[in-house]
Amino acid sequence: MAYEKDLNLEATELRLGLPGTSEESAEKQTSATLRSNKRALPDMNEGSVSGDNHSNVAAAKKCDQETASPTKAQVVGWPPIRSYRKNCLQPKKTEAETARIYVKVSMDGAPYLRKIDLKGYKGYPELLKALEDMFKFKVGEYSEREGYNGSEFVPTYEDKDGDWMLVGDVPWEMFTNSCKRLRIMKGSEARGLGCVV
Amino acid sequence: MRPNWAEQMSEDDEKQQSPPSDLEFTSNKARNCNATGSGSGHPEFQPPYPDQVLENVLENVLHFVTSRRDRNAASLVCKSWYRVEALTRSELFIGNCYAVSPRRATARFIRVRALHLKGKPRFADFNLMPHDWGAHFGPWVLAMARAYPWLEKVYLKRMTVTDDDLVTLAESFSGFKELVLVCCDGFGTSGLAVFVSKCRQLRVIDLIESEVTDDETDWISYFPEGESHLESLIFDCVECPINFEALERLVARSPSLKKLRLNRYVSIGQLYHLMIRAPQVTHLGTGSFSPLEVAGQGDQEPDYRTAFAACRSLVCLSGFREIIPNYLPAIYPVCANLTSLNFSYANINTEQLKPIIRNCHKLQVFWVLDSICDEGLQAVAATCKELRELRVFPIDANEDSDSPVSEVGLQAISEGCRKLQSILYFCQRMTNAAVIAMSKNCPDLVVFRLCIMKRHRPDAVTGAPMDDGFGAIVMNCKKLTRLAVSGLLTDKAFDYIGKYGKLIRTLSVAFAGDSDMGLKYVLKGCPQLQKLEIRDSPFGDAALLSGLHHYYNMRFLWMSSCKLTRRGCQEIAHATRRLVVEVIRSADEEEMGDSVGTLYMYRSLEGPRIDAPKSVTIL
Repeated sequence: MAYEKDLNLEATELRLGLPGTSEESAEKQTSATLRSNKRALPDMNEGSVSGDNHSNVAAAKKCDQETASPTKAQVVGWPPIRSYRKNCLQPKKTEAETARIYVKVSMDGAPYLRKIDLKGYKGYPELLKALEDMFKFKVGEYSEREGYNGSEFVPTYEDKDGDWMLVGDVPWEMFTNSCKRLRIMKGSEARGLGCVV
Repeated sequence: MRPNWAEQMSEDDEKQQSPPSDLEFTSNKARNCNATGSGSGHPEFQPPYPDQVLENVLENVLHFVTSRRDRNAASLVCKSWYRVEALTRSELFIGNCYAVSPRRATARFIRVRALHLKGKPRFADFNLMPHDWGAHFGPWVLAMARAYPWLEKVYLKRMTVTDDDLVTLAESFSGFKELVLVCCDGFGTSGLAVFVSKCRQLRVIDLIESEVTDDETDWISYFPEGESHLESLIFDCVECPINFEALERLVARSPSLKKLRLNRYVSIGQLYHLMIRAPQVTHLGTGSFSPLEVAGQGDQEPDYRTAFAACRSLVCLSGFREIIPNYLPAIYPVCANLTSLNFSYANINTEQLKPIIRNCHKLQVFWVLDSICDEGLQAVAATCKELRELRVFPIDANEDSDSPVSEVGLQAISEGCRKLQSILYFCQRMTNAAVIAMSKNCPDLVVFRLCIMKRHRPDAVTGAPMDDGFGAIVMNCKKLTRLAVSGLLTDKAFDYIGKYGKLIRTLSVAFAGDSDMGLKYVLKGCPQLQKLEIRDSPFGDAALLSGLHHYYNMRFLWMSSCKLTRRGCQEIAHATRRLVVEVIRSADEEEMGDSVGTLYMYRSLEGPRIDAPKSVTIL
């Protein structure tokens, strides 16, 4: 399973992965784009959710490390500026870049809500992993056609229009911009959502 | 003759042999000195003797001696003077909280009204020390609660202060007046709330560059109702929103308020309201200096200029945390009176600075970002003839960034600001010529700190090491007591420092030198050296050992990522029990065999401390 962040074509696409793997997923992605606008996500293929998640996350981490290597060469505590001062002087990029997106997360049966910052995640794999950790559940396998399979719980969200959607259906950026709150539903209730599109 | 306070500490026999060597000033004189004149036993059980008169005179005279160095000298004259000095010292300064224990300090000095205490070494500011290293205020406040019920003032730097400590402080001293916390951490708004609510005599609460946790307690509203004695309220480093209405009411009922430094959660509109309530302020920190983002800006904006014009006593201006430069002209009315201006959080360019600075004829202290460029510094040099202190901070604190200031700015400042005493200058390129020029143009320099951000960078024009530049500084600036070096430096630079830096007390070295000789030169040549902080330089055990004669005269030695080994540090530890030798492991560092990551060594009367975390080994 590989969630993509954007609908865009591979040339301008932001990818988290080593050069080798990205070509593969790009092909799948473009074919998916042709099919539908909303669900521009490749089919889930072989391999368990968690396995693929790990490889994706691992690939993402590796890529991060490579791109971050110029910054990794930064020496600790040099130049000698207090972190308070450094933090205050972060060049103010657009408010959109720095703004946080806090959404409430509820889970059926859990006694209280949680709040998360969607800006803190790079994509669906990270978000789902965080939700799994937070609420101690497993999210099941995602497929475009069937939604989440093999788990009691299904992650859903309410979008700007007030509709309840399945998490993962739309590209990541679209999701973060339209998500008002998250609800982890009991599988039985969520079945209807998978067939909306 | 037994000092009468020794009875409180019967287990502490050591003290009776010889008075503890003074915390700041070391000499063997105290040990050799015999009691002269004063008889044996307690004075109060004896009929008055002739020297009693002298003692009374001494006591009265010493009340006027305030400088701690003079007091230290007085205490070494003889036991009688030692005793009287201890009775009359009201301001206690302790440069390293681990050099002496609270018990020992409170036992010797029994009438202290003000405590000035410093904890972690400066390199802790740059994440070079584990967060839980120590410097806890707790033991001190508990000891003082017992010993000094009339304590009025506490000044702490780089100490860890908990909320409980603040509560203890507020509850133990009914006349408590001043709290100043610089670069401290460990407490939050809830501790502050209790503190301000219980200190009815509070005049000063200054939180400077400290880390304050946001416990979501509205501490400003905890100040007691009724007229307040507040003279100074500084909280520009507190990164939490505050209740503005409560603040406004507080300012309105504080007629003595002279210093007010707001945090960035105060908008310029709110600042206006505060200023018209407190036109008597002398020191003002403006907060964000931008309007609230919420709509309502279509309304007419207040006349900020008038508010500034009304502050006729305003001499020190800072803040501008999120400045919208359009608002800058509001400060024109006060520029001519300003002696201190801090723009170091204000991202302004040359053109925005010029109209301001050309009015600041009286300016003595100027902190600014390099966003003003060399041309901005030239404008400063053209007007600020009274400048004593300049600090130029980088807007992008990154080794590989493009710094818009260079040797050109430094040269200009040296030519325009001849009275300069202190400079801190961050840049990416520098030349020996400019540094030499400064050494000649600014003979009054006491503090010279140059940070060329790219490591090992040579002279940008000649490609030579920066040795000659720093050499000129130590040669020509005869009053220099503090020096920080950077750029490509060979052992030659240290040879100069050792030869000419006779008054240097603080020396900071990073990524410099070729061999042990560098450190040896310094240890041999600088008799006044108190604080030596070195990182990432090729100095090893032999150099470390060469300074053994000197370390007890210093406050501390810091060496991180140098070439020290465990064996070398062990040798020092064994050579003398009067030094505490700490080896600190950083979290991600792998101890490669015998090599030492960080050495932090300091003199102490107490031996190894008991509150060290796991990452610290005391040899």
